Amino acid sequence: MDVRLSPEQVMLRDAARQVVDRLCPRTVGEFDDAERAGKLDAAVVASGWLELRTASDDGRPWATGVEVAVVAEELGRGLADTAFLGPTMAADLRRLVGASPANTPETIALSADLSQPVVARGGAVGRGAVAVDARGATSALVLLPDGDGYTIGAIALGSVTTGVDLTRPVVSCPPGAAVSRIEGQRRPLGVDDLSRWRALGLAVTCADLVGVMRGAVTVTCDYARSRRQYGAAIGSFQAVQHLLADAYVAAEGSASIALHAGWAVDALDGPDALEAASAAKAYCTRAARSVCETAIQVHGGIGNTWECLAHVLLRRALLSGEVLGGVGANLARVLAAHGIGGDDGLR
Amino acid sequence: MDFGDSPEERAFRLHLREWLGHNNPGLPTSSTSDEYWAGQAAWHQTLFGAGFFGLSWPKAVGGHDLPSVYEAILDEEIIAAGAPPRPSVGYLVQGLLRHGNEDVQRRFLPGLVSGRDRWCQGFSEPDAGSDLASLRTRAVTDGSEYVITGHKVWTSYSDAADWCLVLARTDPDVPKHRGISAFIVPMGQHAIEQRPIRMINGITREFGEVIFDEARVDAANMVGEPGEGWRLAMTVVSHEREPGELGYVARYGKLVNELVHAVEEQPDKYGPEQRRDLAWALVEADMLRCHVSRRLSDRLDGLSHGPEGSVDKLLMTGVEQAVGHAALSIGGAASTEGDDTWLKVYLYSRAQSVMGGTSQIQRNLIASRILELPTS
Ligand SMILES: Cc1cc2nc3c(=O)[nH]c(=O)nc-3n(C[C@H](O)[C@H](O)[C@H](O)COP(=O)(O)OP(=O)(O)OC[C@H]3O[C@@H](n4cnc5c(N)ncnc54)[C@H](O)[C@@H]3O)c2cc1C
Repeated sequence: MDVRLSPEQVMLRDAARQVVDRLCPRTVGEFDDAERAGKLDAAVVASGWLELRTASDDGRPWATGVEVAVVAEELGRGLADTAFLGPTMAADLRRLVGASPANTPETIALSADLSQPVVARGGAVGRGAVAVDARGATSALVLLPDGDGYTIGAIALGSVTTGVDLTRPVVSCPPGAAVSRIEGQRRPLGVDDLSRWRALGLAVTCADLVGVMRGAVTVTCDYARSRRQYGAAIGSFQAVQHLLADAYVAAEGSASIALHAGWAVDALDGPDALEAASAAKAYCTRAARSVCETAIQVHGGIGNTWECLAHVLLRRALLSGEVLGGVGANLARVLAAHGIGGDDGLR
Repeated sequence: MDFGDSPEERAFRLHLREWLGHNNPGLPTSSTSDEYWAGQAAWHQTLFGAGFFGLSWPKAVGGHDLPSVYEAILDEEIIAAGAPPRPSVGYLVQGLLRHGNEDVQRRFLPGLVSGRDRWCQGFSEPDAGSDLASLRTRAVTDGSEYVITGHKVWTSYSDAADWCLVLARTDPDVPKHRGISAFIVPMGQHAIEQRPIRMINGITREFGEVIFDEARVDAANMVGEPGEGWRLAMTVVSHEREPGELGYVARYGKLVNELVHAVEEQPDKYGPEQRRDLAWALVEADMLRCHVSRRLSDRLDGLSHGPEGSVDKLLMTGVEQAVGHAALSIGGAASTEGDDTWLKVYLYSRAQSVMGGTSQIQRNLIASRILELPTS
């Protein structure tokens, strides 16, 4: 056991950190800067980070869940308004069924509450499906029932964007949208594959949440050092210090369990990977909401304005929290894994 | 980055698993009865005798010089076997290793590590808790000895201890942090009186108060130089805050498994609210296991004595109290079946945010030493 990042993983983290520090928005106003956002998209594509889960020669992904998590954490920390979760999850689905990588930008579709992948029965999607992390995407992958498993298909996406997260748009899929089967699939998606794929999605969102929390702690400590009241920096008041200390601790605990989830994706059996990821997701989701709420509180009135980054952090955390299930769904999976829960349906 | 075993680690794990399969003493649930503490002392010696204690400590003191992460393997296997957690003496060991001279280390560490000698820690006093440096117990030289007078309280395991690591003021004329020295005091003398204190869960062997009325200690039993007691105290308490040093991953792992078992046995008795409390306890315990693996990995290139112990202490407290809430939920406040083990687990969990420095003190330390927020 040695859970420190390898030298290569540290290099990857540093590279992601550089891109984030150079191209991510530092104020709410900068989200509208299309030139900056375009450069960020281009940098992420050029770095090859969207291909981490495409297949290498032996069919395994180029990079493990750990590398994906390393990049995801940095993007979350920097509130990167670029696609990563969606394309990464789509690439992993294609890899699992042995299809070739997408040649147009692609993401995945989830149920309306974001907790489940979309299963298109009868060749069309039902009500309320949404494509997540859909910036630039022209299609989204769904599952098609096939015997005991699934194959994959795609639906075309329109351009209407909504959603809680200002950095990663969600596109609702019209009910009845036609699904076209992806060409060249070599094997169906089995139960173990699907568990592992969900584990990846949970691990990526956990890493994103850890990044958001670390970003929130940094931004908020900076503010607490500079804002003065009663003739003193507000960061010198014990009540404020304790909120920030708790936020820091929550981020560290989350980082530890999220790291394990990222490792488990490729190192454990599907069900064990899913259990590890579920525990991490429940923990990180609860922690991230609380940390972002602290960020708003410590910023005072400004924290409640559109122009303050605190709500952008919270919004991103709320979306990441719900993808493939938030607190409730994941606690249920933890109980089920210990033999004392129900079943969450699709396994 | 690998949470998995190397071949050597795997071999060690299997050997340990085999041994635990035959040697689990099956003690009562931790910290819920006086028998538990009595049994824990024998368990220490059994573990040590079989070569499974002090895995990452130096061979010279009875350890095994193995990489730090072996402690995590030990905890995981103890959980899997449902065996009692390993004894929590690591913080004393680290304190003596860092601050004790060769003579002190040679005379005291082997007995502490092997479990032959029982130890307690006499730091807190009635008027010196969080503000430990204001302690008033005094040590005055008398030839080759020091004479100690004062009142210690909340001294864990004082009833069974052979030795007490005492902080006492040797110089009242310098600023308070600089006038304190540390001594290893033999408990078996008439000038020391020990009175058990009853905890809120009813147990009497967790801690006591200790009165020193001109107790004597050889000057050679001083740890470090005169006036260096505060530094030793800070090393000891920083490690006392580390679940990896205490072996608490196994403590919580065992408790949550017992709670899961209770629900398995009578599934109809427990509704969604109780299951949710238990799910949080499982998640928290899992977090701590991962966190300790991370900390122990960070130590593979050497030990640090930094402020991160305060982070660990707060995380560990969150786990203990989530487990406590699950125990309360599953066991019920008003048990009609006569077994109040789970209530005792819950009540004991309240102490975790006080012992070893309160949660408020840990937050103060994180704010100043990690977040570097301004002081008022
Ligand atoms: C089970 C148990 C075992 C123990 N074992 C040992 C042992 O073996 N050896 C030993 O020496 N001691 C031991 N202790 C003592 C423990 O270290 C002290 O209880 C602890 O440091 C708190 O001191 P106090 O009890 O005097 O509380 P106080 O310091 O009086 O604190 C009371 C309350 O005030 C708060 N407070 C105090 N100062 C501040 C501040 N600056 N900012 C914010 N809040 C503050 C505290 O957080 C707490 O909530 C043990 C305690 C327990 C419960």
